[in-house]
Amino acid sequence: MNKSHIYRVVLTLLLISGLTACGSIEPWVKPYERDRLADPIMFLDPDPVSSAYIYHVYEAREGARGGEGTAGGGCGCN
Amino acid sequence: MQATRLRICAAFVLLLIGRTAMPGVLPEDRADILYHLYEGGGVRIEGPSLLVRKQVGKSLSFAANYYVDMVSSASIDVITTASPYTEKRTQKSLGMDYLRGNTTMSATYTTSVENDFDAETYSLSISQDMFGDLTTLTLSYALGEDVVRRVDDPLFAEDNTRQHYGIGVTQILTRNLIMALNIETITDEGFLNNPYRSVRYLDSGSPVGYSFEPELYPHTRTTNAVGIRAKYFLPYRAALEAQYRWFTDTWGINANTLSIAYIHPWRDFTFTGKYRYHDQNGAHFFRDLFPRSEATNFRGRDKELSPLTSQTLKFAASYEFMRDGWNFLERGTVNFSFDFLMIDYHEFRNIATGAPLGDEPLYSLDANVFQLFVSFWY
Repeated sequence: MNKSHIYRVVLTLLLISGLTACGSIEPWVKPYERDRLADPIMFLDPDPVSSAYIYHVYEAREGARGGEGTAGGGCGCN
Repeated sequence: MQATRLRICAAFVLLLIGRTAMPGVLPEDRADILYHLYEGGGVRIEGPSLLVRKQVGKSLSFAANYYVDMVSSASIDVITTASPYTEKRTQKSLGMDYLRGNTTMSATYTTSVENDFDAETYSLSISQDMFGDLTTLTLSYALGEDVVRRVDDPLFAEDNTRQHYGIGVTQILTRNLIMALNIETITDEGFLNNPYRSVRYLDSGSPVGYSFEPELYPHTRTTNAVGIRAKYFLPYRAALEAQYRWFTDTWGINANTLSIAYIHPWRDFTFTGKYRYHDQNGAHFFRDLFPRSEATNFRGRDKELSPLTSQTLKFAASYEFMRDGWNFLERGTVNFSFDFLMIDYHEFRNIATGAPLGDEPLYSLDANVFQLFVSFWY
């Protein structure tokens, strides 16, 4: 395991532990206030079959990959 | 594979089969039937994509995808150093999501086969909803094993191993604003260049002043990307979305990508307009013209590794029908999407024009990308 791997693991653990420590935070947007966020026009990825395809086109036509999708995402294209 | 390399890989599957960021619930049961067409730069790629997702019991959801690329290529690479070709790539994926409390665990297996390239990908992810479902944290990992071959050499076979690490946070900030942060690292180890592509170098013995030799890439690559996106609900029921992605890799490519989208519903329709801008510098071993044969340890002339600027204009429309359901179906949509892609290469030159050495114009590419799909929820 090289230095960058250790750095990534430590960063991940810190992130998780930090978020867990904040477990008592009161949700400031109550469930009954999320009607607008539940509107389909607010979905971050309303049509996965379509967005996955177009991100794939970008990744094939450009030198960069990853970071554009919703949670997950990226591309291992050479 | 050949010169286009339009193939689907680990994270495409994560995107496709992976869950969307809905707190504490499994993805919706739905089926999508999509036809895609990419046409530009002498390349035409089309085919279907079928995605079916079904929940079983209260905790499990399964997804299956069948995707085909039918490629007909006479790209700039092909017409200058090879012959036009056609090929077919078929990809199949199976995925599963398991929900327990506020945690969702997902696993996906994908196989992709074409006449000179096989790929298998295994991916895992875990999502945790927290803070009253305001926050969703996702950790993901994928392992890809590729075998690269040549159609003209049955003895040629090279391996590539790819590992993908991702962290994603989706955060509800206000009753009108949601944001997502994605950090992704992908490592490749193995045969990373295209076995058919060549670089050109100055050759006084050639009538045109240059000759070609096979490209040679490093055997490792690590890429890092950080993406942030925000979506805001406007006062009159429309949405505005902005996205930024910073990218860097060990080949020397640094890139910035920005996009802005506007989503406007009207009666049973939803319209989307989007503009996307991408700018990158080139890989350190990219040259349009090398000063001599084997001039550097690593050599590439893949135009995607050149400095380039890419812009995309998108228009999409969706029509919802069966709002009251029919039989076992809850509702459906018919969707059309058109993306106009414009790429200007800043160092890759168009040698197909026949211009004298040194006077070749820089290459540029326009592509039309169409998608037509029908979705059903049940």
